[in-house]
Amino acid sequence: MRYLVTLKVTAQPDGPPPADLMDAIMKLGQEATESGSLLDTGGLAPSSEGARVEISGGRLIVSDGPFAEAKEMISYALYEVRSKEEAVEWASRFVRLHRDLWPGWEGEADVLRLFGPADFAPPA
Amino acid sequence: MTVADTHRAVEAVWRIESARVIAALARMAGDIGLAEELAQDALVAALEEWPRTGVPDNPGAWLTQTAKHRAIDQFRRRDTYQRKLEQIGRDMELRQEWAEADLDDHIGDDLLRLIFTACHPQLPVEGRLALTLRLLGGLTTAEIARAFLAPEPTVGQRISRAKRTLADKRIPIELPPPAELPARLASVLEVIYLIFNEGYAAGAGPDWTRPDLCQEAMRLGRVLAGLMPAEPEVHGLLALMELQASRLPARTAPDGTPILLPDQDRSRWDHLLVRRGLDGLRRAEELGTLGPYGLQAAIAACHARARTPQATDWPRIAALYRLLAHLTPSPVVELNRAVAVGMADGPAAGLALADTLLTERTLRHYAHLPAVRGDLLAKLGRSEEAAAEFRRAAELTRNDRERELFLARATTLDQAAT
Repeated sequence: MRYLVTLKVTAQPDGPPPADLMDAIMKLGQEATESGSLLDTGGLAPSSEGARVEISGGRLIVSDGPFAEAKEMISYALYEVRSKEEAVEWASRFVRLHRDLWPGWEGEADVLRLFGPADFAPPA
Repeated sequence: MTVADTHRAVEAVWRIESARVIAALARMAGDIGLAEELAQDALVAALEEWPRTGVPDNPGAWLTQTAKHRAIDQFRRRDTYQRKLEQIGRDMELRQEWAEADLDDHIGDDLLRLIFTACHPQLPVEGRLALTLRLLGGLTTAEIARAFLAPEPTVGQRISRAKRTLADKRIPIELPPPAELPARLASVLEVIYLIFNEGYAAGAGPDWTRPDLCQEAMRLGRVLAGLMPAEPEVHGLLALMELQASRLPARTAPDGTPILLPDQDRSRWDHLLVRRGLDGLRRAEELGTLGPYGLQAAIAACHARARTPQATDWPRIAALYRLLAHLTPSPVVELNRAVAVGMADGPAAGLALADTLLTERTLRHYAHLPAVRGDLLAKLGRSEEAAAEFRRAAELTRNDRERELFLARATTLDQAAT
């Protein structure tokens, strides 16, 4: 089963992420790839470079970023695993690196299952 | 977290870490059976301890350390293992000197050694499959038995017999010497592809596919691609599996009947797997000449690239099958070539090629020979002969879903004939 893990940041110290953190993220990514679990991943540019398209009150509104809310989505990862707990374990390792290597950083990872063929199979 | 939650979390960690833990222990203990026992003991300890203490930050290292300590305790208790204790004790000191940096190199080598040992050609094929799923996939004997539709005791015996063979024949847990590498790698690739095929085209039983086995085989393929990135056939096999698996979502109708390639809704293909498969094939091509798996991936890629069945590059597929037949001559490859030729040059040309296979002893009970001939005869308007061929195919297949499919074709052709 596939899980999409999105990482959102709520608070981070000024300045770029520490090099140690970036190295550790690379290493974890490689480990997850080589374990056959990580299928795809990508970092997201700040929402100031993006836009939002919404329907509100029957009107379609396009507004440029940055988005107002406090949580900025900064990356996603797509895992192929055998259980939710496995995806949670990878996500935990990922956020733990931030805790350990970038003091003051706060954020959250959402672990969401993608529908697959089994979801559309007839009842057994 | 409840105890049940923690148990599931421990299970997840086990799935992620067990192969590496067993691989490291196997190097130290020099015995795969012992390594697995020690790792299992560590798992039991984790199930007792983690619900109280929480899952440690580095659970893999915790499991390996715990297993090592248990090994030392165990050996201490038994005088007869004194020599081994010294050996392991010395090893232990060496391990403490491991720097973080070269830890990964060790893990990689350990895993490779474990894979090559589990897939050792001295073991019977079923033993290799079961041992690989157990040691590298972290599957329980019950899960393997379910996947292969075999009784659990049978699978248990295969595993213990394989371990005993490795011990009795004193097969060292090591990387094959360069001269043996091609043959040994071929055995590893064969095991992975057999696991995949067991899931993709379930040979017998009520289900057409068992996707979990496909997932597991692809995962093993990805692990191997990470460990042996310079081997074109490793990438070739992974690409082949990903391209074939990309069709899984479109391969079965809601009622469970199989949908064949030309009739599949291509928008339902798994396009992430298509992309990964095409990337992997490109990597294999860049690394050298395509081998049998790479060529099969190249054939699968022809289908993957075609947005409609009509857009399929059949002449290219026929040419690739000719290369494949040259590398690995086999009547089954020839039969596939007959299908491609039938599409590229017309059903008469395909049938002429398929007919040359009628005298092949090995295809005497192969359901797909009459099925292919039936299809070509149908295209030539020879409905009666075609229906007879499909009925023959239905008699030969062991897969229930496939039988229904063949019989349905026969019935349709009967109606066309009258």
